[in-house]
Amino acid sequence: MDIKLQQVAYAYAQGTPFEKRALFDVNLAITSGTYQAIIGHTGSGKSTVLQHFNALLRPTAGQVVLGSRVIEAGKKQKNLKEVRQKVGIVFQFPEHQLFEETVLKDIMFGPMNFGVSAEQAEKRARELITLVGLPDSVLEKSPFDLSGGQMRRVAIAGVLAMQPDVIVLDEPTAGLDPRGQREIMDMFYALHKERGLTTILVTHSMEDAARYADEIAIMHEGRCVLSGTPTALFSDVERLRQYRLEVPRLVAFQHKIEQLIGQKFPELSLTEEQFAKQLAAITKAGERL
Amino acid sequence: MMEKMIFGRFIPGESFVHKLDPRAKLLFVFAFIVIVFIANNALTYGLLVAFTLVVILMSRIKPYFLINGLKPVLFLMIFTFLIHILFTKEGDLLFELGFVKVYEEGLRQGIFISLRFLVLVFMTTILTLTTSPISITDGLEVLLNPLKKVKFPVHELALMMSIALRFIPTLMDETDKIMKAQMARGSDLSAGSLKDRIKAVVPLLVPLFVSAFKRAEDLATAMEVRGYKGGEGRTRYRQLKWQLKDTLILVFLVVFAAGLWMLRG
Repeated sequence: MDIKLQQVAYAYAQGTPFEKRALFDVNLAITSGTYQAIIGHTGSGKSTVLQHFNALLRPTAGQVVLGSRVIEAGKKQKNLKEVRQKVGIVFQFPEHQLFEETVLKDIMFGPMNFGVSAEQAEKRARELITLVGLPDSVLEKSPFDLSGGQMRRVAIAGVLAMQPDVIVLDEPTAGLDPRGQREIMDMFYALHKERGLTTILVTHSMEDAARYADEIAIMHEGRCVLSGTPTALFSDVERLRQYRLEVPRLVAFQHKIEQLIGQKFPELSLTEEQFAKQLAAITKAGERL
Repeated sequence: MMEKMIFGRFIPGESFVHKLDPRAKLLFVFAFIVIVFIANNALTYGLLVAFTLVVILMSRIKPYFLINGLKPVLFLMIFTFLIHILFTKEGDLLFELGFVKVYEEGLRQGIFISLRFLVLVFMTTILTLTTSPISITDGLEVLLNPLKKVKFPVHELALMMSIALRFIPTLMDETDKIMKAQMARGSDLSAGSLKDRIKAVVPLLVPLFVSAFKRAEDLATAMEVRGYKGGEGRTRYRQLKWQLKDTLILVFLVVFAAGLWMLRG
């Protein structure tokens, strides 16, 4: 599903003296099947943008195109359910949305709201619980008896159970241990590849953006100021600093080594593997000299 | 939705009314609530309205906020107005529409009662708009202090109030977040039959209660860790200062009340 934001502006509490503008003229096009990262400093408007992807917020100016649906400022929208089924959002700390007596019921909540039968929803829940890395036995437990990390996984399964075409992730790994973070991010990436999903990752982590994203957009003070491939964006250290962002640590590390040995790597390393290979190639070449 | 709630909201400012001592303002409003009942004829009601208008002007609050403060009680006002119009059968018959007969006295009473509501709501709204919740609590704690003699837990009550006030915005934000998360999972709070809507509230309330209890527990721990052990011997960070103008407005109110008493019919 293609997503397009065209001159989107949003103001909270519009028309009251408490009006606060959060977005100004945001333009962003996400092609179906892209892994899109949105990065930005705290308060840059990332979270406000993400709520436009399934019409939880409607723009106060401009328009949002979600597949064949156009959400325009100032127009009443009916039947947004269809949009919400297609775009699943994993909010920050999604474990706060758990409420059912059992994990199974909670995972089934989403799909059943969209008219999926109980058997079908249960089948999805049983598949997903393994996918998010939990044993079958938790399905019968109360979500409130689980650990924080397990609750997070259940909540994620609850969103995936809707089988959306687009998955929007808002800092999905905040507060998890490093291993759990990697597992979850890898799981989303595998899903993205397998099912041809469109994934939108809103994050502070330059490392995650570099590792997984095809395209990165940078938000700054309510505007989308820069977008491009990770390699293109992370090559320009100065430009990023301007928006109070740093390059991923691996890239910074590569720059340091390049300075020390006085030689440039052929390309920017976005993953450890890429970095190791390039370094190995350079050192081997050095030996031969 | 949450952003539009104005009632009970504090608007910082520098006006004369803003700068009064919260104790003075509280006493003033409590006394005013009693004084409103002195008025019983056109002249005294007129004076009450004029008095309220003067206070509104002095508080420099935009009418927008006051009108908004009125919204929650508007229904009650209209209801009592209609009750008086329909059921008071004194004085001359003004007009009749089918079985509805409107008498002079009914209309008079209806208007008076509505005015009474109006000035009461305006006055209390001005109090909350010009006084930060925390100063109201401080003021109340001092004013209720004499009750300590009869073992009334004044400090605890004030603490509960300030904590509750402190967490209203937090809980509102939380509600908003959970609502959005459940909407993203396809629950619909604004459509369907009454039964559907009530059912849709459960996914909202359960997480809200869970987090509220968690927050309460965390707060209790945080307070204990920082050595909180009740109000005994506690000094105050925020000192209240009673000034001449605070005495003056209370004196003025007494004079005004005496005037009303003499002019009532």
